[in-house]
Amino acid sequence: MDIFLWYLFWAVAIGIFGWVFRFTGRKVQWPSDRLNVYFRDMPLMVGIGFVFGLVILYVVFHYYFIDKSTFFRWAVQGFLIFAIASWLFLTLGKHVGTQATRKVFRQMPLTASFGILIIIIYAILSVFAGVIAPYGQEEIFEKINVLPGGDPALGGDPRFPLGTDQLGRDLLSRLIYGGQNTVGIAFITTILAFLIGATFGFLAATLSGWFDQAVSRVVDALMAIPQLIFALLLLTIATAWAGSNKELITVYMVVIIAVLDSTRVFRLARAVGFNIVVMDYIEAAKLRGENLSYLIFREILPNAYAPLLAEFGLRFCFVFLTIAALSFLGIGIQPPLADWGTMVRDLAQFINFAQFSPHTAALPLMAAGAIALLTVAVNFVVDWMLHKSSGLKD
Amino acid sequence: MKAVVLIILNRLALGVVTLFAVSVLIFAAVNMLPGDFAQAILGQGATEEAIEAIREDLGLNKNAIVRYTDWLGGILKGDFGVSFAQANFSSFAGEDTSKGGIGSVAAQLEPRFKNTLFLAGVAAIIAVPLSLILGIMAALYRNSIFDRFVNISTLSSISSPEFFLAYVLILFLAVLNPILPSLSNIYAEMTFPDRLHKTLLPALTLTLVVMAHMMRMTRAAIINLLASPYIEMARLKGLKPARVIIFHALPNALAPIINVIALNLAYLVTGVVVVEVVFVYPGIGQLFVDSVKIRDIPVVQACCLVFAAAYILLNLTADIFSILSNPRLRHPK
Amino acid sequence: MNNDQLLVKIEKIVIQGVSDEQWLPIINSVDLHLNRGEVLGLIGESGAGKSTLGLAAMGFARDGCRISSGTVKFDGIDLISADAQTKRSLLGSRIAYVAQSAAASFNPAHKIINQHTEAPIQHGVSGRSESEKDAIELYHRLRLPTPDEIGFRYPHQVSGGQLQRAMTAMAMSCRPDLIIFDEPTTALDVTTQIEVLAAIRDIVKQFNTAAIYITHDLAVVAQMADRIKVLLKGDEVEESDTDSMLKNPQKDYTKSLWAVRSFTREEKPLASKEEMPVVRVRNVTAAYAKIPVLHNVSFDIHASRTVAVVGESGSGKSTVARCITGLLKPSEGAIEFDGVPLPADYRQRTVEQLKQAQMIYQMADTALNPRKRIREIIGRPVEFYLGLRGRKKEERVRELLDQIELDPDKFIDRLPSELSGGQKQRIGIARALAADPKFIICDEVTSALDQLVAEGILKLLARLQDSLGLAYMFITHDLATVRAISDEVVVMKDGRVVEAGGKTEMFTPPHHEYTSLLLSSVPEMDPNWLTELLEQRGVDNIGDAAIDRMNQA
Repeated sequence: MDIFLWYLFWAVAIGIFGWVFRFTGRKVQWPSDRLNVYFRDMPLMVGIGFVFGLVILYVVFHYYFIDKSTFFRWAVQGFLIFAIASWLFLTLGKHVGTQATRKVFRQMPLTASFGILIIIIYAILSVFAGVIAPYGQEEIFEKINVLPGGDPALGGDPRFPLGTDQLGRDLLSRLIYGGQNTVGIAFITTILAFLIGATFGFLAATLSGWFDQAVSRVVDALMAIPQLIFALLLLTIATAWAGSNKELITVYMVVIIAVLDSTRVFRLARAVGFNIVVMDYIEAAKLRGENLSYLIFREILPNAYAPLLAEFGLRFCFVFLTIAALSFLGIGIQPPLADWGTMVRDLAQFINFAQFSPHTAALPLMAAGAIALLTVAVNFVVDWMLHKSSGLKD
Repeated sequence: MKAVVLIILNRLALGVVTLFAVSVLIFAAVNMLPGDFAQAILGQGATEEAIEAIREDLGLNKNAIVRYTDWLGGILKGDFGVSFAQANFSSFAGEDTSKGGIGSVAAQLEPRFKNTLFLAGVAAIIAVPLSLILGIMAALYRNSIFDRFVNISTLSSISSPEFFLAYVLILFLAVLNPILPSLSNIYAEMTFPDRLHKTLLPALTLTLVVMAHMMRMTRAAIINLLASPYIEMARLKGLKPARVIIFHALPNALAPIINVIALNLAYLVTGVVVVEVVFVYPGIGQLFVDSVKIRDIPVVQACCLVFAAAYILLNLTADIFSILSNPRLRHPK
Repeated sequence: MNNDQLLVKIEKIVIQGVSDEQWLPIINSVDLHLNRGEVLGLIGESGAGKSTLGLAAMGFARDGCRISSGTVKFDGIDLISADAQTKRSLLGSRIAYVAQSAAASFNPAHKIINQHTEAPIQHGVSGRSESEKDAIELYHRLRLPTPDEIGFRYPHQVSGGQLQRAMTAMAMSCRPDLIIFDEPTTALDVTTQIEVLAAIRDIVKQFNTAAIYITHDLAVVAQMADRIKVLLKGDEVEESDTDSMLKNPQKDYTKSLWAVRSFTREEKPLASKEEMPVVRVRNVTAAYAKIPVLHNVSFDIHASRTVAVVGESGSGKSTVARCITGLLKPSEGAIEFDGVPLPADYRQRTVEQLKQAQMIYQMADTALNPRKRIREIIGRPVEFYLGLRGRKKEERVRELLDQIELDPDKFIDRLPSELSGGQKQRIGIARALAADPKFIICDEVTSALDQLVAEGILKLLARLQDSLGLAYMFITHDLATVRAISDEVVVMKDGRVVEAGGKTEMFTPPHHEYTSLLLSSVPEMDPNWLTELLEQRGVDNIGDAAIDRMNQA
């Protein structure tokens, strides 16, 4: 209970200080008129917000310089490095490139440039994994359970900066190949989901009537079961079919997730399609006597690219996370293929060593963080795209 | 009023139909298994007679429709069948599963279902008020530093896989600063504070995931609402900001907010699976994953149905509340 | 109260709006003054900044706008530097606002009267019961039907014209010194508009309230305002009292606005009985999802002639067009083209049949595919119907652009978003012409356009008709347009043809009762028009009241 009283005390204290902050701000004669008006019209919540922000800043600084908070320091350093890198990238984009790309970069927020930078890095790492990774993903070395850090005195080995696993495979290589496998499979799955979902969605919007009704009802039923649960159920059956053929399980997984995810794409494509179909230019094309394929490919599709692209980003994240979750649960991508979800599961127990060997404890977080980083990046970009296409409404 | 009742009855009927469709879907999916249950139970080496005997016991020699109606009828009476893993084959034929014996799925499901409800409940109690307050504040002070900070952090938290958040919390709250236990070994005889203490870390993880969603949706709903002409009108009537919010915005915000809550509780249903596995929490999600691994089909089937039912029910609730809070429907012309 | 006393004074106000992350001016240094009890009309085309200026008179800027310099003084109080509380105490009590869309500006969750009494209670003007009584009194004065009950309904249970009057009553609740009317009748049908106009004008006079009346409709502002200020793209064009502004505008822009209404065409002689009409609508009855919308509609359209189909929203005039084009199957009756019955569903019609009937839409924005260049938009029907390709197609497209008076070299590679509203509408016309049709349906083609631009479109359509012998069906609710372009008029109400005949005949009495109501409801430029009309017809024989009476009879 003490801890709650403690928090309550701080909440009240911050509230009082916020009021005092505003009160003093009003009493002081500021040199600029805008500041005077700013304090006069300041709601109390804003004053409290300022004080709260100061407290948080103080806490961050305080913890940063405490000796034992290695992880917190890493997190702050990582945050700053990424912030500076994306700022540099943004500045670069503003000055290099064609007129059009420079214009895009000029209106881009830092978060979006961060997202684009990360996506580019991941794309390079995934495509050139074979060149970048020091060893193969299934290559087994004699030294097993080498600790990360590369210091022989602490059980490391300079050849394996992140150490090796219990079979003697290089973890850095597996991390890089894991990216290739996880991202690649998610990408293929998303494309498949889009092909299925968008085709049916636009057909439903254009044909409407019984076709739309039938497909929509099937989709409703499929969507009534939570996706991860349904995927797990179907995968159980798929693994029974696949038997000992591990690769087949991965293929089944791709198909199952693609079909389940295509329901969402269907909903969006149908909604977007319906919005376009009611436009007069579609009516004009229909009355001209154009056939279905002309309507879909030449009239509707060109107008649906923007929302579909944004949806592609979101769907990719969702699929990527679903696959990672399945692998983490041990039912997704199958060994010996390296993948991040499985790595997190295998390395998870190391987290308990955080007190004495921070590097080792960081391993599972690195694999999990690699997943998080990409999805965060994609989401930032999608958020910016959606904001841009929605105009300046808010 | 009559119109509203009709619409709600309509929705309820639709919910029942959906549940029925889902049960068919699940049953059909399971029946796509190669061979049949009997083979799955006994494995490759079994003799033809043994398989035949089990088939007889399970009623597998009947046709699919009869088996489906039997299964559905059992469920309606609370009998989810017999778990393969728990079943003792010698007494297999004799035991009456409808009374919830040791091997019955229902007996396994019940305590775990309660545990999961407890976990989801704790998460919801923390997440709902917090995210509503923060979401409304982000909408009121939109485009401020606070709003941007909230936007970036919620977007990050939504994007992260549940297990990443879980391990980060374990790292900071269980390993580096041992405040909370990282394993949630709950059992029936525990006192409530103990139970809460053990549940807190998984609940916090779920809170982080759900809260981000809820906050963003609340913010979007409120911003949308504040842009409507009647709010501008209220401001132009010189009303106090508090009255504009309470009298004009809130009654209309109710529908979207209830919707947000229900949708996110439905989302909890899925999130619970991974989180339970990370923390080894003895809930229905954990049971589900374990059963999937050993292909204990009756349990998988039952868990799937329970999850789907919870999901449908919550979505239905959202639907009904948003109908009830629509003045156009409550006061027809 | 002294009516010469200055109430509002705006000096050199500059208002900026954010667009593409930069601040651009919406209002450039405009002055405005208003005396007590005076009504100032603010007029201008869309984008002139009249609403922004109106709100600025309340010291208010919408989200995404800001007042960057200048002063706004209300009764000596500086509204720009005033703190939030001072401003709040003025808004609602001494300055009130009536918005364009009453349906959106009333909170759907509360009864009308509860929203009405809010401001008086908040500002301490009167208590709840007192102000409720006052509300009912105001409803009486504004001639709302069932004034004792109407306030206790929810906004969605009341019609648009009534809501607009209820909102005027709400603005009056504290007896303010100033009311801003922001296009209060734009969304209403003409017959409803007149009722609202009469009510507003009356009550403003009764309480000697000063008002700023914002509209784009000259004839409306002529009835309402003592003084008129003309705005163009954020700049003041000119200002003077209503009489001299109407009779003797000084600036070219104002003169051109006034001149718009002068375009008319000679009515062509009626077609002979024997002549085969291009399109014959024969006893068409149709329904949307079992709700009947058309009842036994018949009329003919001859070559080189324009038939205007007139009616208010919900009269079924657009549905007739849907039946002719084959989008809606009539349940009875048929459409004949050159004497041959057309299949009811457009999908069963031949390419030749589809080619002969083309359509021009009201909203040019949604009528042109935003992702296609002009070359493709006009080129597609040329290729599809006439089979022209390559150079021949290009030549034809250029020829069509010449016909609609757009320079082919400049426009052929543009996207619709790179065109103005009038240019888009011209492209819509070119697309229809590209099929080389005999008959074109024009669905409210000018109603979304500013008056000057609309006039250009009408002239173009008239010229094309003369040179190509086209038959037009002109759907419109605007009687000025009808007067300008039509040869024959079909008046529709509730899915029935009320009256039909030649233009001159239709515009001279005696009329069918509804036609007469419709005709008399169209505001004229004469400032005394409303007064005289009310004297003629009586306050109870206009708008919805008159229609109700007609329906009962």
